[in-house]
Amino acid sequence: MSVDLSVDVGGGLRLANPFIAASGCFGYGVEYADVVDLATLGAVAVKGLFLDEREGHPPERIVETPSGMLNAIGLQGIGVRRFVAEKLPPLRWRGAVVIVNICGSTIDEYAEVARILDDAEGVAAIELNISCPNIRKGGMAFGCSLRGTHDVVAAVRGVTRLPLIPKLTPNVTDVAAFAAAARDAGADAVSLVNTFLAMAIDVETRRPRLSNVMGGLSGPAIRPIAVRMVHECRQAVPLPIIGMGGVMNADDALEFLIAGATAVQVGTANFVDPFIWGKLVAGLTGYLERHGMAGVTEVVGSLELPARDAGSPSVAS
Amino acid sequence: MPVDVDAVVLSNTRLSSDYNVLALAAPDVAARAGPGQFVMVKPGFGDHPLLRRPFSVFEVFEDDAGRAAGLSLLNKRIGVTTRALFGLEPGAVVRCLGPLGRPFSPAAPPERAWMVAGGVGLAPFHSLAVALRARGVEATLFYGARSAGELFHLDAFRRLGVRLALATDDGSRGDHGLVTLPLERALRGLDPADPVRLYACGPTPMMRAVTDLAHAHGRRTEVSLEQVMGCGLGGCYSCVVPVRRDGGAPRFVRSCLDGPVFDGGTVVWDGLGGLPG
Repeated sequence: MSVDLSVDVGGGLRLANPFIAASGCFGYGVEYADVVDLATLGAVAVKGLFLDEREGHPPERIVETPSGMLNAIGLQGIGVRRFVAEKLPPLRWRGAVVIVNICGSTIDEYAEVARILDDAEGVAAIELNISCPNIRKGGMAFGCSLRGTHDVVAAVRGVTRLPLIPKLTPNVTDVAAFAAAARDAGADAVSLVNTFLAMAIDVETRRPRLSNVMGGLSGPAIRPIAVRMVHECRQAVPLPIIGMGGVMNADDALEFLIAGATAVQVGTANFVDPFIWGKLVAGLTGYLERHGMAGVTEVVGSLELPARDAGSPSVAS
Repeated sequence: MPVDVDAVVLSNTRLSSDYNVLALAAPDVAARAGPGQFVMVKPGFGDHPLLRRPFSVFEVFEDDAGRAAGLSLLNKRIGVTTRALFGLEPGAVVRCLGPLGRPFSPAAPPERAWMVAGGVGLAPFHSLAVALRARGVEATLFYGARSAGELFHLDAFRRLGVRLALATDDGSRGDHGLVTLPLERALRGLDPADPVRLYACGPTPMMRAVTDLAHAHGRRTEVSLEQVMGCGLGGCYSCVVPVRRDGGAPRFVRSCLDGPVFDGGTVVWDGLGGLPG
C-alpha cells in the first residue's frame, strides 16, 4: 500500500512531503547537498536574509543545555542579492523547494527583500522572520506586537504574490492572537515556534555562556510547549500551520501533525543527524500504513480530545 | 563526502586519570580521513548530551590486508561528552560522522615539518606525522604538557622517525615551561633559507604564541583551531573564526568548512572565542 505524503501548505505551496529543513539550521541548503538529496525534502527554509550582508555575533554563539541548546548567531548572512546570485541557482539545479526566510530592521527593509525575491527564479515561498530573539532591531520586536505583526505582514503582502508564511515567536502570552493578526494581514500560513528567549551562566566565571548574553532555546526541551502552541493556533485560527520545536524523529513530527500542523520543520535534530530526512519519511510512511491512512492529510488535526474539553483552546491557568 | 557510522568501541585505553584513547570501528570514515580532519561524535543515542562534539582523527589503523579498519580519538575528560567517552567500554556505540573539514597541507621534501602540540592538541599530529613520514619529510614534534605523565604516545612518534622536543609546566620532563621554549630555541638556530613548515594545535594562547613566534622568524604556521561546533557541516554558523585575508576587514568564517586548519597569520586572535573584557 502506498500512502500520499504530499501536503498543501497554503497559498498554492504544495510539498511532496511535510518535512522542511528549519531556517538557521541548514545553512543555505547547498552545504548539505553532499549528504542529502535536497529534492527529497518537502522544502528547505534557508538561513534568514536581510538586504545586506551581516557578520553576526562574536563566539561563543551556542551552548548546550539539558535536551536542548541555546543559540545567538545574530543572523550572520550574505544578504538577499548575493543569495539570489550565488545560492538560488544551485538550489534550483538540485530540485530543492526553497522557502526563503527574510528579516528586516524596518518594515521597508522586509518589503524590499521580499520584492527582490519576488523577481527571482526558484523561490517557492517567503517565511517572514518576525521572531528572532537575537537581534536588536527588527525580528522579535515586530513579532511581539500585534500591530507590528499585522503591519509587517501587510507590507510584504503588498509587494509579493509568493506564499507568505510569518514565523511566530513563542515569547508571547497568546500565540493564537498573533496567528490571527498574521491571517488578517494576508498571510497564507504561519510557522511556529521560533526559539524561546533563554540564558545560561558559567558559574565559575559568573559570565553568560553566550557572547550575546541571551539566546534562543531549541531542541527536545521545548517540544511540549511548541506542540501546545500549535494546538492553540489550530483551535483558534483557520490557517495552515507549519509546526516546529524539538522534532527528533517521526513520532515527534506526528505530535505536531496531529495537533494541527500541515507540515513540520526540523532544525536542531539536523545538527545531530544530517541523515535524518529519509528516516522521517520512512517513519511517517510506516505510521500511516499501520493506521490504514491513505495520506498525511488524514492525520493533520486528528487530535482526539476528551469530550469535556473538546473545542477548548486554552490551557489550564 | 562524509559518512555517518554507528561505530563500535574496540578499545578504551586510559592514559592517565583524565586522558584516554578510544578506538572505533569506523572503516568508511577512516579510509577517507586526511591529516587534520575531524569527526563529529556522540556517545549513544540519547538527548543528553544532545549535540555531537568535534574530535580530530588521532590514529587511523589498518587491518592485516592494509585496509583502513578504524580510527582513534584522543580524549580529555572535561565536559559531559568527554566524560562519557572516558568511561565507555568496548562494545559501546559511538556515532561518528566524518571526515569533515579542511586538512593540513603536508610538507614535501626538501621541506621539513615542525609540529607544535600542547596537551590534547597532540590529537591531529599522529596522522599528520604518518603522512609526512610517508612522503619522506623530516619531522619534529614540539610537545608540551602539564607534566611527564601527560606526554603520550612518544614511542609511537619515535617509531615513525619523528624527533621530539618536550616541555612540561612542572619541569618533570624536557624544558621547564611552555612548548614555545624549545620552539624558540630551534627557530633561533634555523637558517632563514632552510624550508621548514610549522603546524600548531593546542590551547588558543599557545597557538597564537606559536604563530607570532614563527612570524617573527619569517615563518607561517598552520593552526588547527578548536571552536565550539553545532553541526560540523556548515549549517549552524556557531563555530565561526574571525579571519582577515588580503588586508581586508575581519570576517567570520565557519571553522567546520573553512577550517579547522587555518593559516595562523590570518586569524584575528583577539576576536576568537571568549567574551570581551
